[in-house]
Amino acid sequence: MVQLTLPKNSKVKVGKTWPKPTGASNIRKFQIYRWNPDDGENPRVDTYFLDMDKCGPMILDALIKIKNEIDPTLTFRRSCREGICGSCAMNIDGINTLACIYGMDEVKSDVVKIYPLPHMPVVKDLIPDLTHFYAQHASIMPWLETKTNRPAKEWKQSIEDRKKLDGLYECVMCASCSTSCPSYWWNGDKYLGPAALLHAYRWIIDSRDEATGERLDHLEDPFKLYRCHTIMNCAKTCPKGLNPAQAIAEIKRMQLNRAV
Amino acid sequence: MRYLTARKRAEGKGASHTGTEHHWYMTVSAVGLAVMMPIFMLIFGSALGSTHEEVIATFSRPVPAVLTALVLLVGLRHFAKGAQMMIEDYLQGTARKVAIMFAIGLSYALTAFGLFALAKIAL
Repeated sequence: MVQLTLPKNSKVKVGKTWPKPTGASNIRKFQIYRWNPDDGENPRVDTYFLDMDKCGPMILDALIKIKNEIDPTLTFRRSCREGICGSCAMNIDGINTLACIYGMDEVKSDVVKIYPLPHMPVVKDLIPDLTHFYAQHASIMPWLETKTNRPAKEWKQSIEDRKKLDGLYECVMCASCSTSCPSYWWNGDKYLGPAALLHAYRWIIDSRDEATGERLDHLEDPFKLYRCHTIMNCAKTCPKGLNPAQAIAEIKRMQLNRAV
Repeated sequence: MRYLTARKRAEGKGASHTGTEHHWYMTVSAVGLAVMMPIFMLIFGSALGSTHEEVIATFSRPVPAVLTALVLLVGLRHFAKGAQMMIEDYLQGTARKVAIMFAIGLSYALTAFGLFALAKIAL
């Protein structure tokens, strides 16, 4: 349900300001959301200063530098550093994106503000709890479903049919799209969200899959599918340049084609 | 505390197998209203500022009267279904059900009063 104010224990307070690096001429300010479930305190925003002449070009470089050299308690997920694993998704300068492929020069304001993905339970600092998000992905059966006996070799697919999966299979499940969607904020318990629906469409149009009807049945619901109001935040924010809104529109069109 | 698995929470009660009819109705009625509303606005606008007799004469003619009835019927059904969608977005539980009942009831009441007024004018 819509929430217009934060709960009392979620109101963000001003946190600690760490000292500026000495002797640096190219300094940039970072404001980072901090919350520790163990200390019973409200979330806070800590301020850090980095010497940009000694820092890599990406936001993740700055986070790693802060963790290594200033504040080892800063907590965030990261792994591949090249936009493939989807671990470092967070809200940077008001945009959900991957810290590893978002350049420092892309941040318009002087201050770099970094928060966890919006409207998700926070595990600690910049780490959201994605348990429900992953369970929703699992619920759309993200695997090949077949009824025909397994062929002697592989399930064949034409080049044309394989091309239909382009723009879909590249999704890395970073949750940037789903957590940018107001419908997912207000009804995320029932609405599957852009990421899960993009994956659902990827399997619906796979020429080898034989469960198209069951997949469409599973999605035909006012909340699971039709909560998408084509707001398009998902397409705007996707760090991989994908268009989940189009995939959702295609699922709606397929639902319609089998009814009308 | 309920010991439900994440998958159980995600599945919920499963799909209700509805929604496509609602989606189709909104599409069809939106197209219909996109055609009807400009014509209705022209007729309604031309009658604005006229004398009582002239307005009665305008809406007594078959095309303006039938068009007005269609705008009332289609427009207020479109409103009811759109309002239901909006209420589902922002409310939950009993409040959601009560608000949806109110929106649908309001649309039926407005339709009935509108048609009654139109009938008094046109017939």
